[in-house]
Amino acid sequence: MKTVAVRWRQQPPWVPVLFLVPGCALIALVVVYPALKALALSFTHFNMIQPAQAAGLDNYLALWADPFFWGALKNTLLYLAVVVPLLVTLPLGLAMLVDKALPGMAFFRAAIYLPVITSLVVSSLVWKWVYEEKGLLNHLLLASGLTDSPVAFLTDPGNALFAVMAVTVWSGLGYYMVIYLAGLQAIPRHLYEVADVEGVPRWRQWLHITVPLLKPQMAVVAVMSSIGAMKVFEEVYVMTQGGPLDATKTLVFYLYEAAFVEFEMGLAAAAGVVLFAITLVLSLVNLRLLKSPLR
Amino acid sequence: MNLRRVLRHDWPAVLLRYAALVAVVTLTVGPFLWLLSTSLKSPGENIYAQPPQWLPAEPTLANYAQVFASQPFWQYLGNSAMVAAIAVVLNVTLASLAAYPLARMEFRGRGAIFGVLLATMMVPFQLLMIPVYELAVALGLTNSTLGLVLPHACTAFGIFFMRQAFLGVPKALEEVALIEGVPRLKIWWHVLLPLVKPSLATLAVFSFVAVWGDFLWPLVLTDDPARFTLPLGVNRLASTFSMDWRLVAAGAVFSLLPILAVFVFSQRFFIEGAMKGAVKG
Repeated sequence: MKTVAVRWRQQPPWVPVLFLVPGCALIALVVVYPALKALALSFTHFNMIQPAQAAGLDNYLALWADPFFWGALKNTLLYLAVVVPLLVTLPLGLAMLVDKALPGMAFFRAAIYLPVITSLVVSSLVWKWVYEEKGLLNHLLLASGLTDSPVAFLTDPGNALFAVMAVTVWSGLGYYMVIYLAGLQAIPRHLYEVADVEGVPRWRQWLHITVPLLKPQMAVVAVMSSIGAMKVFEEVYVMTQGGPLDATKTLVFYLYEAAFVEFEMGLAAAAGVVLFAITLVLSLVNLRLLKSPLR
Repeated sequence: MNLRRVLRHDWPAVLLRYAALVAVVTLTVGPFLWLLSTSLKSPGENIYAQPPQWLPAEPTLANYAQVFASQPFWQYLGNSAMVAAIAVVLNVTLASLAAYPLARMEFRGRGAIFGVLLATMMVPFQLLMIPVYELAVALGLTNSTLGLVLPHACTAFGIFFMRQAFLGVPKALEEVALIEGVPRLKIWWHVLLPLVKPSLATLAVFSFVAVWGDFLWPLVLTDDPARFTLPLGVNRLASTFSMDWRLVAAGAVFSLLPILAVFVFSQRFFIEGAMKGAVKG
């Protein structure tokens, strides 16, 4: 045992380096370097043709003064506020539904997972078709008497953002369900058995055993779904192009337009820095709030 | 199976559970069936008919034929498959190489590398996109397969995932080989990798889904339709045909088939793998 420990430390220092270099160099090239470059770019004016010119805080001031930026920020925060709670709670319910040794559960899990493997472009197109004024959803709503005129899901500025959110939630349900399922199956059965013997009702078992023991999974889901909600792009690009009346213009869509429509790379980079800052703060807050008391 | 016993004691609860599941699955699968049905409807059939017709009156593949006639969908498929194959192989290889020392060796700077990798997972690609695009232009990689592979070739997620897998392998197996003086690379290849095959498969499947569905990066990097991947092709269909939903649906269904096949054949790696890889605490 001792010799092993010695050899462990005696390995030449270049051994771990050789393993690390190919992957880490690539990540440095496509993530670390670009991240620093983007930060630097946000303090310049740059249109990809002429060389970048130092601009100090110009881009950030321009963002501050741009009502479209504030609109995009508001839409993104609203997106978070609606999508994240839904994605933290609904998949937990689904996981509980499929976490039972009954026939057909493998099928149900797979069927709920299906939207996860579908590219967001296709998911967005599917829903755009379902949302049509004379589409399937409107027919179902009218037939069931829930509405008396067709709903303009994607063309009414009051509805469009929520209709887009629904697609994001729909696409993520299965993924987070699986994370919760793993958590549920890791909870020791005997906790419930003891509670049964003590005559604790099921709903209290859920509240006092299941939920506290799932806190790590909740933290993961909260962090991942907020990062996802901050980055929403395909749904907006395919279904609404940011419209109607900028009602669905999110921060990432703003960034995309600034960079690849208006070619204001500095401004886009500054928007990206703001996006990163919010993502980082959110992740830290989520992790702090949901730190498991029972580890 | 204890189904009979469960049913005897608890049949209303079981029934309720199935009813809820059927409702959920209608919501997750229903839209795809509607898409499929639309893609099979003949040009003469009113796709806006009220009430909606779930089954095509005269099922036809004409829409698929028209999609292939008007756009190089086979080429899109080829491009997508090529990009996905290269990216998956690279990511699985590079990530499991880099994960080995992080899981099993002690060396200076391990903590720092770990921290930086973790931080990179929080940077949204949209922020990196502009410099990465510049880089791709500088390297002459616009409209190229390698350019499309670039952001997927090694992911921090992959490294963490494989590290987790290696941590689950008993150290004793490796120690024997170390005492024998077997080089690390051989240990990695002959001892560790065979033991984490399911994790390799899961990572492969996840990388595949991510590359296959990628839209923003190909959108930015390519403007030559001959280099388009399937999501771009489907999107192009949705913008060129003044939205003939039959054709859009046909293109979308076609782009779904390959990943659906992968899903059916490797389902256990999607779901069990995700469950195993799901972060513990």
